[in-house]
Amino acid sequence: MSAAYEGAVADLIAELGRLPGVGPKSAQRIAFHILSTDSDDVARLADALIQVKARVRFCAICGNVAESEQCRICADPRRNDTQICVVEEPRDVVAIERTREFRGRYHVLGGAINPIDGVGPDDLRIRELMTRLASGVVTEVIIATDPNVEGEATAAYLSRLLGSMGVAVTRLASGLPVGGDLEYADEITLGRAFEGRVRLDA
Amino acid sequence: MSRTYRDEAVVLRTHDLGEADRIVTLLTRGSGQVRAVAKGVRRTSSKFGARLEPFGVVDVQLHLGRSLDVVTQADTLAPHGRSIMADYSLFTTATAMVETAARLTEVEREPATQQYLLLAGALRALAERAHAATLVLDSYLLRALAVAGWAPSFAECARCSRPGPHRAFSAPMGGAVCGGCRPPGAAAPAEETFALLGALLAGDWAVADRSDDRHRRESSGLVAVYLQWHLERQLRSLRHVDRTGAARVDRTLDPAVAIIGRTA
Repeated sequence: MSAAYEGAVADLIAELGRLPGVGPKSAQRIAFHILSTDSDDVARLADALIQVKARVRFCAICGNVAESEQCRICADPRRNDTQICVVEEPRDVVAIERTREFRGRYHVLGGAINPIDGVGPDDLRIRELMTRLASGVVTEVIIATDPNVEGEATAAYLSRLLGSMGVAVTRLASGLPVGGDLEYADEITLGRAFEGRVRLDA
Repeated sequence: MSRTYRDEAVVLRTHDLGEADRIVTLLTRGSGQVRAVAKGVRRTSSKFGARLEPFGVVDVQLHLGRSLDVVTQADTLAPHGRSIMADYSLFTTATAMVETAARLTEVEREPATQQYLLLAGALRALAERAHAATLVLDSYLLRALAVAGWAPSFAECARCSRPGPHRAFSAPMGGAVCGGCRPPGAAAPAEETFALLGALLAGDWAVADRSDDRHRRESSGLVAVYLQWHLERQLRSLRHVDRTGAARVDRTLDPAVAIIGRTA
């Protein structure tokens, strides 16, 4: 596609086409949009791209994205030090923060165990988690990995590993989605919902 | 001709696609390996829910697409994923099985009914904990290779067919080798290990279940070498198989590496 254009336009289309979800047609459309916008707007975009690579790094404690040595959550003294919520990706931290239910700290693993893609326990930030638990301040580890096969297997691995450390290990509940129909629930979800049923107190 | 078809399938693996879709690799009963798009499956409100997760046996309806088919309906036949994902050893074992199945049925849409039945049976045995996980894995690997045309020989010599029992094992030669055919550097497993390997290949569980740990470890190493020699590449998930059982977490030596190290 980009071969039909020359020089800078071809380079731009080729670079845009490497972004996730951007195919050759979309790359071409974005490239021509950029050509037709003000130089100021383009400079702002270019600056944002350069700044994000220069400034953003990973928090030394939890592995979340941060702009300094520690992320905003790890640096916040008002948060509860006794609970750590373990998630796969920085995006999951944002999702949990939106609920405003949790006031503890986080730990980002950087993925889930996936042997077919060659990702084993040693490729995740599990050792860093063990180091954080060694101080003895933490009393509960909440495992919030994705509720799919890889996430569940990672949770099973972590619970086995942490079982002997004297901290409570909990897993987020899974069950019926709010706003859904019971008859469309699959066997695994419905089975888990039954296991995790709660008593309704009058 | 109808553009939709229906089949039974085992979900081998999934890849995320775009915002909320996934490509699922299925091993179908009638038409071999098929890659299909499951639209919106990552949304919590998806009608598919957990049905298209790896290791599940499903009844699917697919719509023929230009490059990839599209999953239009899915119903669970056996939710093996549930017990497998709750146990780390079972998960890593099942992953090695589906990766092998994916490699052995690589040509898409080439019917592989026997491979399908073998994998579905092995996953059921694993999920129901019918036998030790490493035995189920090794038995599955040997039988899957046999179905694919790489049947090993554990009684007579793989090269000259002289009746056994023999003392040496060589993966390149195809199994047990007699004193005359034995290449330099062939492994020399115990007699009980040969008996165990033969039982695993034949599906003789009475013999296999009675075997002890030492011979199980040795046969796992030989199976790993045999498999990777004939597939002509490394199986990525085999290195991560957790053979420690449920109680312990310490790392044991990878049997494949141990054996290759000795013969090299």
